[in-house]
Amino acid sequence: MNLSYENSFEIQGGNFKKAGDISVQIKKVLQNLGVPRAILRRVAIAVYESEINIISYANKGIIHIQVSPETVSIEAEDEGPGIENIELAMRAGYSTATDKIREMGFGAGMGIPNIINCSDTFNITSEVNKGTHLTMIIQLTNNQEEKN
Amino acid sequence: MTLFEIMDILDAKCLVGRKQLNMEVETAFSADLLSDVLAFAKAGSLLLTGLTNPQIVRTASILDIAAIILVRGKIAPDETLRMADELEIPMLSTRYILFETSGRLFMNGIKGCVERVGSDTYVTL
Ligand SMILES: Nc1ncnc2c1ncn2[C@@H]1O[C@H](COP(=O)(O)OP(=O)(O)O)[C@@H](O)[C@H]1O
Ligand SMILES: [Mg+2]
Repeated sequence: MNLSYENSFEIQGGNFKKAGDISVQIKKVLQNLGVPRAILRRVAIAVYESEINIISYANKGIIHIQVSPETVSIEAEDEGPGIENIELAMRAGYSTATDKIREMGFGAGMGIPNIINCSDTFNITSEVNKGTHLTMIIQLTNNQEEKN
Repeated sequence: MTLFEIMDILDAKCLVGRKQLNMEVETAFSADLLSDVLAFAKAGSLLLTGLTNPQIVRTASILDIAAIILVRGKIAPDETLRMADELEIPMLSTRYILFETSGRLFMNGIKGCVERVGSDTYVTL
């Protein structure tokens, strides 16, 4: 397998109609690259939850994805309100989602916990009134344990 | 069980994917909350839902959901049907409510894709 790919995708905050569009695109590209199914699914979930969060809470953002023979790295960086209490935001069930987000079927406070569950390495930094930056790494090699 | 048999059990219509009705499924997940679908549904399962927006199709595609069954007689908007067609996810519609739909499939051998969530799923402050 000759895995090598890098690309960035811009996401517009509040564009609910398009929510998930970029994640579906990225999944397709990685599938064509030959990323194994179980790993592909974890990448897709992490990207999708990140995309939904940028659309739901931020003004705009970028999802950067890089695939090497060893890892898939995802960066989700946005300009927006940021997160005041990161520890709280990471808890399953915690959500500040608006009615609009809930109407679409999201806002159960399971997004960030799900991203953590799908990632081998996860990091989040956020600054109030500036933005939020997620880093997710998923190993392509030595991945014995089936996550998710 | 094939989608054909499922259509029979649920007296369902096929909205998308007439050519994929030979597909075999063994498990399902029922929810009207996509967040929970994303957190708990497994690849290859049926998704039973009352939601009809395009996000159900994108969510199903992300998770490798086998097929979507709309309950309570819901008819999805064209945009959703087009997306299901494009992403090749069969979509059925039944007039049974979610409880009845799940129950009838369960009685016929379809199992939940997870039985229950872990005791550590939600931690309180
Ligand atoms: N990119 C972001 N910018 C600002 N706040 C965010 C962002 N992502 C998440 N949050 C905050 O963290 C909370 C939990 O996020 P998440 O686990 O995805 O659940 P949900 O989106 O269902 O509320 C959100 O309700 C929101 O308050
Ligand atoms: Mg979220």
